[in-house]
Amino acid sequence: MTGGSKGKVSREFQKNQDRAPIAEALEAYSSERVVPFDVPGHKHGRGNPELTSFLGERTMILDVNSMKPLDNLCHPVSVIKEAEELAADAFGAAAAFFMVGGTTSSVQAMVFTVAARGDKIIVPRNVHRSVINAMVLCGAVPVYVDPGAHETYGIALGMKLSDIEKAIHENPDAKAIFVNNPTYYGICSDLSGIVKLAHAHGMKVVVDEAHGTHLSFSDRLPVSAMEAGADMAAVSMHKSGGSLTQSSFLIIGKEMNPDYVRQIINLTQTTSGSYLFLSSLDLSRKRLALQGKELFDKVIDMAEYARSEINSIGGYYAFGSELVDGNTVFDFDKTKLVIHTLPVGLAGIEVYDLLRDEYDIQMEFGDFGNCLAYLSVGDRIRDLERLVGALGEIRRLFGKDPITSLPSNYIAPIVALSPQEAFYADSEHVAFASAEGRVAAESIMCYPPGIPVLAPGEKITKEVLEYLVYAQEKGCQITGAEDSSLQTLRVVK
Amino acid sequence: MDLWFSELHTPHVKLSIAVDKQLYSGKSDFQQIDVFESPEFGRFLTLDGYMMLTQKDEFIYHEMLAHVPMCVHPNVKKVLVIGAGDGGVVRELTRYDSIEHIDVVEIDEEVVKVAKEYLPFTACGFDDPRVQCHFEDGLKYVRHHEDEYDLILVDSTDPFGPGEGLFTKEFYGNCYTALKEDGIMVNQNESPFYANDARAMQRAHKRIHANFPICRVYQAHIPTYPSGHWLFGFASKKYHPVKDMRASEWKALGIETKYYNTNLHRGAFALPNYVQKLLEAMEELPDNDTTNTLGGDKA
Repeated sequence: MTGGSKGKVSREFQKNQDRAPIAEALEAYSSERVVPFDVPGHKHGRGNPELTSFLGERTMILDVNSMKPLDNLCHPVSVIKEAEELAADAFGAAAAFFMVGGTTSSVQAMVFTVAARGDKIIVPRNVHRSVINAMVLCGAVPVYVDPGAHETYGIALGMKLSDIEKAIHENPDAKAIFVNNPTYYGICSDLSGIVKLAHAHGMKVVVDEAHGTHLSFSDRLPVSAMEAGADMAAVSMHKSGGSLTQSSFLIIGKEMNPDYVRQIINLTQTTSGSYLFLSSLDLSRKRLALQGKELFDKVIDMAEYARSEINSIGGYYAFGSELVDGNTVFDFDKTKLVIHTLPVGLAGIEVYDLLRDEYDIQMEFGDFGNCLAYLSVGDRIRDLERLVGALGEIRRLFGKDPITSLPSNYIAPIVALSPQEAFYADSEHVAFASAEGRVAAESIMCYPPGIPVLAPGEKITKEVLEYLVYAQEKGCQITGAEDSSLQTLRVVK
Repeated sequence: MDLWFSELHTPHVKLSIAVDKQLYSGKSDFQQIDVFESPEFGRFLTLDGYMMLTQKDEFIYHEMLAHVPMCVHPNVKKVLVIGAGDGGVVRELTRYDSIEHIDVVEIDEEVVKVAKEYLPFTACGFDDPRVQCHFEDGLKYVRHHEDEYDLILVDSTDPFGPGEGLFTKEFYGNCYTALKEDGIMVNQNESPFYANDARAMQRAHKRIHANFPICRVYQAHIPTYPSGHWLFGFASKKYHPVKDMRASEWKALGIETKYYNTNLHRGAFALPNYVQKLLEAMEELPDNDTTNTLGGDKA
């Protein structure tokens, strides 16, 4: 079995994707020279000249609030409604929601929609912290699945179908399965298989597609959440899609009730949604719908080119589709450029720092074994030439003897309390050695492989303590604990 | 008709040249290319609206880029020229019989085509059989070559646009690797006068200084470039640009020049105090600090 991207067919849109109703309405508004006796108080920027000269007059004129011709984000009836319908069409979804609180707000809305207090959600252990935070808010309980870690690169992988099956059998009352599609590193689980399995057991599938906006627009990339038949997806349009930071889409399948989802969103979403964000989502959706295939073809080609150039430097390894094994790496997102650095004797984070400090190149992320360049619609070959040139120089000037990867052990967590109960419980600091048997009130992450060792509500076992000591000795980066030296741990009283 | 080409040298200063007619205007994959005919400067080439060369003063730039290192290095056989789509610097190099091979790496083939059609006075350099053109990113070309060249000339445009990769630390480092153990690199090093140009000059100097044991700057007067005061960087693994110059040997070659001579070579390395100060500040800075530049604000 190989990855799902091979069977993808391109979709025809049902609507005229050339439209951008919110942007068009803003354009019309700005040409009408309306006298503003409403908020925002800067009144087209006149009230704040320094900010206006900093951001530009155009930006300030477009920074307006809900009004008759511009619709209302909480209860869309005109241009926002039209724009949401266009976005749904573009992503092949039954409905789409414009989100202005980052993809975190989309993730929260997904969790709140599928689970109430005490409900279980099956999640991969390397889930984004926004998911656990959402569970703290609503009282849902995680059931973890081991994503496994790659032996050489030390990155967390995808969930095995058999592990999910096991989780379903052990937790037949779970409400939903949460899937990363793809992970930060471009790894995809068998989403279509997971959807089939989940739906057969009456569970929803909600997808964190924060790093997968582009999947819907190319037949050379892994299957997208909606293509796989998932029920909800949080799409970070601002990551690979080109909209403004903090803007995002929540999209849902036909089995979901859009009116209920809207109610859930309105529990936490601002009533003054920024029209800068909304119009940026609208115009970016238009661009992806009309030119996405061609744009992401270029991104894929650039990433493949960069991989081959980086791999010819020697030492470094930029991995790609060869990782696909039909199981824990069901498919790979070829736009992700992850560079394994240990063979040149440098940690990924060291290369990240050198690129930034010595070569004015900002990477997305560096962990112990890898650093990651985020490629998207705005990248240029000539910038990749700089990256490749700088990597060669770093190897020449700073390279050392190869470092071997750190072995990682997956410890199956024991969830004693829901994240909510643990978060709000009275807690105390106890000495590391005497924490055994207690319930953690904080999360502790370990890089590599970037998987939590403890999350709030989990039992601190002997195995956990031993692993933390071992990981610390091996030089892993351990984050999240209030006492970063790990002399004490915060536990539930 | 009152037809002028204008280029802003700063947001508050511009140079305008009366134009008789526009000979060529086109957009390549990389940039806007224009050629004009003018009464004062003859033909001139602009890229994205920035002056590259004029028929009247191009000799200054091209002679100073080519002859300074050629008078220092005793045995230049293989040369790499990066940028230089107009051919002017190649023209100067082909006057040396001792040079066996010249690789020219120009990212934009259109520039060479336009130069061959409209700027024969510089493009004639391309006719020499020793010259081989490669149309690709200089940064990419140079990183695939090691211990190969006696001389690298970096005839870049500006530190923004298609040529920006040619002002980076990784590029200079890759040039270092591509040079033989006694190799020399000379680069277009911007101007010390206006603040923005001065910052670019400082950054380039800092990055070259970090890569080469010998790193000196020299100057020339180029009327159509911002402020007219222009700098070149001389970076070398072994030879000092003045102490190691071979004046009599060079004179014996009998190469006739309009601007360059060996006395001027010596003098060109004597810089105004304010320029020295701007450069020295870069040599003292910790390697990763590019923010605290003097910037030439008071210049």
